[in-house]
Amino acid sequence: MTSPIDVAALKRDFAIFDKKMRGGKQLVYLDSGATSQKPRQVLDAERFFYENNNAAVHRGAHLLAEEANEAYEGARQIVADFIGAGADETIFTKSATESLNLIAYSFGNSKPGSKFHLKAGDRIVVSEMEHHANLIPWQQLAKRTGAELVWFEITEEGRLDLSKIADVINKKTKIVAITHQSNVLGTINPIQEITQAAKKVGAVVVLDACQSAPHFQIDVKELGIDFLAFSGHKALGPTGVGICWGKGEHLSEMEPFLTGGSMIETVTMTDATWAPAPRKFEAGVPNMAQAVGLAAALNYLSKIGMDRVAEHDALLTEYALSKLVALPGVSVIGPQNGLDRGAVVSFTIDGIHPHDVGQALDGNGIAVRTGHHCAWPLMRKLNLVGTTRASFYIYNDLQDIDILVQSIGEAQKFFGVL
Amino acid sequence: MELESLYQEVILDHYKHPANKKLSPDYTAQVHHVNTSCGDEITLNLSLKDGLISQVSWEGVGCSISQASTSIMTDLMIGKNTESALSVLGEFTSLMQSKGLAKGDELVLEDAVALAGVSKFPARIKCALLGWMAFKDAISQSVTQQEK
Ligand SMILES: Cc1ncc(COP(=O)(O)O)c(C=O)c1O
Repeated sequence: MTSPIDVAALKRDFAIFDKKMRGGKQLVYLDSGATSQKPRQVLDAERFFYENNNAAVHRGAHLLAEEANEAYEGARQIVADFIGAGADETIFTKSATESLNLIAYSFGNSKPGSKFHLKAGDRIVVSEMEHHANLIPWQQLAKRTGAELVWFEITEEGRLDLSKIADVINKKTKIVAITHQSNVLGTINPIQEITQAAKKVGAVVVLDACQSAPHFQIDVKELGIDFLAFSGHKALGPTGVGICWGKGEHLSEMEPFLTGGSMIETVTMTDATWAPAPRKFEAGVPNMAQAVGLAAALNYLSKIGMDRVAEHDALLTEYALSKLVALPGVSVIGPQNGLDRGAVVSFTIDGIHPHDVGQALDGNGIAVRTGHHCAWPLMRKLNLVGTTRASFYIYNDLQDIDILVQSIGEAQKFFGVL
Repeated sequence: MELESLYQEVILDHYKHPANKKLSPDYTAQVHHVNTSCGDEITLNLSLKDGLISQVSWEGVGCSISQASTSIMTDLMIGKNTESALSVLGEFTSLMQSKGLAKGDELVLEDAVALAGVSKFPARIKCALLGWMAFKDAISQSVTQQEK
């Protein structure tokens, strides 16, 4: 099988691959799970905005304000189309972390009688494989409201254990917050099974799509979810922009998270009313150039085609798994084959701490992530201090994986563990 | 590879055969430190007797740099008085902040000069300092305790 993406040609859009690493080595970037690299088209879009349209959106009647508005709202439409959503349901935040906090704090701000009001006896469901960003906001919301936090465990294989789903998602459950794809295990979770269970008891489902939205086609309606969060910077976009999508019927009932300029309808000295969504959730002058940059990034992905991106990812993941599973002294964490598994492969090497693995790979120009990956409870469950994680994207090819495999062997030799 | 400059033989030796890595049953102060960026943890016991550091022992998980550095530190500190221990600690801290420019005084730092290369790798400085910072904390706790 060959990739549907011409990686060599595509790489020319990414200036960072011209950079020389330590010892003059070429960059082998295997850390897109943390953040992706940015193509020229994204940087150009940001620069174009600053040089031609820059003004504060939603304020002022001058030409630039109009153009800035058009660019910003145009970006919103592109993001909405990318996930199969309506533009009015698509909120710009600064990151997925902020998006998840927005939802959690908004629920926390809701008054008795609201469908989002939580109290003792209510239940919030998460999973053991959550990134801290989709655990701590819910854990703390539970603490503040007296609601109970429960979670899906993971199986030996590193998949969500849904065997007790009817006990976990029961009548008390108000919120189910779950990751679409684990940033450590690579596991892609069966979201529809969860949304069906949640629907039966009237709970809302919040999906952390940080690791999925940049890598395969997502349709919020098909998934049957209520909320979705992802970060622009993992999807070729700039830092400082994230997305929070929520069903319109929810957003109109929800309390704001951040308050201030631009999000109001009327204001007196003692009171205020809110603008309709999405503005209700976008207080202050937003990250306009970043939103425009994100739209350029999603256009770049759409031009390739998300089905091709997914096919390319699957090819690399299968190849990496087959190579790493066969290496002596190396253990792959999570599912051992490519079934329902994304382009993230974590592994440990007997006798070498992940930090030292990362250092050794860095010596060959390879960038990987090491440590607990902001998933400390998962590490404890797996009885690990950390892992080394290689993650793949559109600018990686099979040769990158060959270099990784060869460098692992060299590291084992260097540390005398083979 | 530049690896050899970072992982000197002495470091790998200490990593494989760490000194004083078994918690003593008695101590003046016990501390627990965590490197939040990577999850490495250390527990360190320190005994102070007549102004002298009579015992430093530890347990923990971590990379070769943090393990070797802690091992070297315990060897260095045992038998010193608190004042000279803190002065050695100060020298080591400045070596770590030297961005690869300093070599370190072998008369003062002994095996710890092998860690000089770490200062070129900002991400690893915290690893090298984990045990030392735990030690510093334990000293100050011991001193306060004895003043009481
Ligand atoms: C699964 C998952 N959720 C949430 C986040 C948080 O994203 P950000 O740090 O961009 O807000 C990340 C990024 O590391 C992630 O991988």
